[in-house]
Amino acid sequence: MASTIFEKHSPGRKGYTLPDNDVDIKLENCIPTEFSRKEDARLPEVSELDVMRHFLELAQMNHCIEKGFYPLGSCTMKYNPKINETLARNHSFNNLHPFQDENSVQGALEILYDLQEALAEISGFAKVTLQPVAGAHGEFTGLKVMKAYHDSKGHANKKKIILPDSAHGTNPASVVLAGFEVVEIKSNDKGLVDIDDLRAHVDENTAGFMLTNPNTLGLFETQVEEISEIVHSVDGLMYMDGANFNAILGIVKPGEMGFDIMHYNLHKTFATPHGGGGPGSGPIGVRTDLAKFLPTPMIDKYDEKYFLDYSHEETSLGKVHSFFGNFAVNLRAYIYIKMLGTKGLRRISENAVINANYIQKKLEKYYDIPYKDQYCMHEFVASGVWQKEKYGISTLDIAKRILDKGFHAPTIYFPLIVPEAMMIEPTETESMETLDDFITAMIDIAKECEEHPELLTGAPQNTPVKRVDDTLAVRQLNVKFEW
Amino acid sequence: MPYISNTDKERKEMLATIGVSKFDDLLVNIPDKFLLQKDCCLEHAYSELEISRQISRLASKNISSAQANSFLGGGIYDHFIPAAIDHVLLKPEFHSAYTPYQAEVSQGTLQYIYEYQTMICDLTGMEISNAGMYDGASAAAEAILMATRKTKKLKAVLAGTINPLYLEVIKTYTVGVGIELVIVPTKNGLIDLDELKNAVDDETSCVLLQTPNFFGNIENAFAVEEITHSTKKALFIVAVDPISLAVINAPSEYKADIVVGEGQALGNAQNFGGPLFGFLAANLKLSRTMPGRIVGATLDADGKRSYALTLQAREQHIRRAKATSNICSNQALCNLAATVYMTLMGRAGLKEAATQSTTKAHYLAEKISKLEGFELAFTAPFFKEFTINTPKPAKDIINEMRSKNIFPGIDLKQFGHENMLLIAVTEKKRKCDLDELVKSLQEVYNG
Repeated sequence: MASTIFEKHSPGRKGYTLPDNDVDIKLENCIPTEFSRKEDARLPEVSELDVMRHFLELAQMNHCIEKGFYPLGSCTMKYNPKINETLARNHSFNNLHPFQDENSVQGALEILYDLQEALAEISGFAKVTLQPVAGAHGEFTGLKVMKAYHDSKGHANKKKIILPDSAHGTNPASVVLAGFEVVEIKSNDKGLVDIDDLRAHVDENTAGFMLTNPNTLGLFETQVEEISEIVHSVDGLMYMDGANFNAILGIVKPGEMGFDIMHYNLHKTFATPHGGGGPGSGPIGVRTDLAKFLPTPMIDKYDEKYFLDYSHEETSLGKVHSFFGNFAVNLRAYIYIKMLGTKGLRRISENAVINANYIQKKLEKYYDIPYKDQYCMHEFVASGVWQKEKYGISTLDIAKRILDKGFHAPTIYFPLIVPEAMMIEPTETESMETLDDFITAMIDIAKECEEHPELLTGAPQNTPVKRVDDTLAVRQLNVKFEW
Repeated sequence: MPYISNTDKERKEMLATIGVSKFDDLLVNIPDKFLLQKDCCLEHAYSELEISRQISRLASKNISSAQANSFLGGGIYDHFIPAAIDHVLLKPEFHSAYTPYQAEVSQGTLQYIYEYQTMICDLTGMEISNAGMYDGASAAAEAILMATRKTKKLKAVLAGTINPLYLEVIKTYTVGVGIELVIVPTKNGLIDLDELKNAVDDETSCVLLQTPNFFGNIENAFAVEEITHSTKKALFIVAVDPISLAVINAPSEYKADIVVGEGQALGNAQNFGGPLFGFLAANLKLSRTMPGRIVGATLDADGKRSYALTLQAREQHIRRAKATSNICSNQALCNLAATVYMTLMGRAGLKEAATQSTTKAHYLAEKISKLEGFELAFTAPFFKEFTINTPKPAKDIINEMRSKNIFPGIDLKQFGHENMLLIAVTEKKRKCDLDELVKSLQEVYNG
């Protein structure tokens, strides 16, 4: 285990250089004593080499895409191209200040404008805002669009948002944050929205419906047209959670399937790095009549000049971010989309879907796959119930054993409707050999459950640390280093 | 497609394994009417050379603060960024890793977040920090929601001197959930303490103060704390500039309950306003109402020190509708930049950056105040940013200086203040840069 940077502290050591101060003014003459800090902040004193060794040591304890396969369902851990990183570091972009005059940021605005247009085209929506910086932030923004829409129509009663029991956790959390109430409906035995249950819950108080399509089981919601008819019949709005957009690029457009609002996860579908949790980008697209509710400003173009458009301030839901969203992330997505082109776009989804079905097919004898009689889209959900019932091995044990084999674990215990769930999403960038290696490992693990269960309950053994006690982390809360 | 490994031959082999003859056979669940009949209308696929040329072309349409003498601030600052930071950020183990849910293969991420939390606590004097929010504005909004949950009171009192962009985001987060916002009027560029006394009562959930405030002025947080805590339950939330904390009171000195702020200045480029990151720290008794991820130290099966996400029962993936926030993806890599920044700068470096920013700002302010036609808008003490009254619309001054590549500051007219310019100075400025602005302002006045 690496010692903390604080344990490497050595008084007087320096990891920076700054020029001498060339103005002759004393700090004491600037800040009154009563507002001066009493005791210096305790930051470590280390050299640059100390710092680089420390962070290299930390880095080596992480799994990452370039180290190995990352089959995390609904997370779309695809390869992040290097050219994006190089170009995003252009000084004429990363040294732009958001309060600069429009004339001095025309290149940046053009990129944002073109990205809005490209996302609108790919998804079939009229207008896109790039302001939300994460998927859940996009959900919140989309729900605020719904709120503004219903307010504009005087629908004070429309307080309820319906979502299926397979929804991502962010969906209900966003609903509450936006001031709506959650109504959860069931999935049917095919893993799809239960239309009867939907009908039973849709009424004049329904503000909208949130759906991930393909859903979190990796299944395309075949009845999407009927669902949207039901929701629209009470003037509810259809929201698409775009977490799984990687499955349908160039194949279908959500805007043509009855959806009114959608968020995109640029850090999933459009190859911007996940960064160990962020920054991502969660733009939303809307149909024409909802555009006036989008956050201010919009990026627009007039006569070959790009500008920040505040003209809809009266109807806008307001702002969700200080400025224009995660510009540098959006820049990477812009580069990626340019490099895909028309043909590359569809090719992504085709390969993502083939890769997922390939693994599903090859694992079906070894793990329970509840919906295996259907082709999946870009991901599928396997279950560890056989192993649990026969050998008392949990999905958590299996996941930890997968780490031992050099892969990241799938998303586990989600969706909630599948017991002992393992949600597997390979993405299009993985090769057949990688998938075969993973499949072999999974089959070996299935055998180990029977022959050497201790390898699972004692897993992981080959990782930088052994199984981490997360209950202890709560019971004896220690959230900062005492030094 | 350059980033897809499998060849057509391999695709065929895989399709055969799946048991279909062509890709379209896998789409049987999609109603025919929705299948696209024609391709999306994008361009041809750019090669690396073509996209590099395209980005260079677009970059040349910008004028960055690296090419200009910029005094823009208002929440985003051009502080010095040590070169080593980017070398850490580029390590794929950090930038292409996922959220550290699988602790055993994410110790690197978990440990730096733990170190980040420790440093934020050291800077602010608070007891617990989360792993970051989207930006300073959303951190402020979430802090108000925290106070609402904790106190079960619905009236939030906000200083009229906070960053107006924070206020806009706060409004978006608080309308429709029953929270009433009371904005306390401004007096001489500071919160009006008499008005604050009138505004707070036993129904108040919190008072939000920013110091240094939007105009750059240092507020009397001690006085605001006293008024806030004279009520039954109200929590004192303060928004701060992290660099300022090297020289200005730690929020613990004036007994803040929650501390938030924009973290960009800590080692992150301006990037046209994003990605940014918000920090949020609090007293331990508020830990269970906090939004976002928190890392805790624990032990592994061998009893070795290790780290894991903790207090997850607050979060959306566990609590769903009952979560303290919907936040999932945050701005982790920006927090890493901040961690490396604080580590490289250390206590002496941060203090040096803050001191140089302050003294250079005061040098400039003094020079400008002696110019004919210009004056400092306020007499309050300030840190690295200050407001001046201008003899003509600030927009005209900005336009006139464009040809010299000087960005003299932010025109406050967009926030309702005529003939006012907000000027920010960091340690990156040399005396000659400051003198250049002074000279140009004089020229503008002389016409």
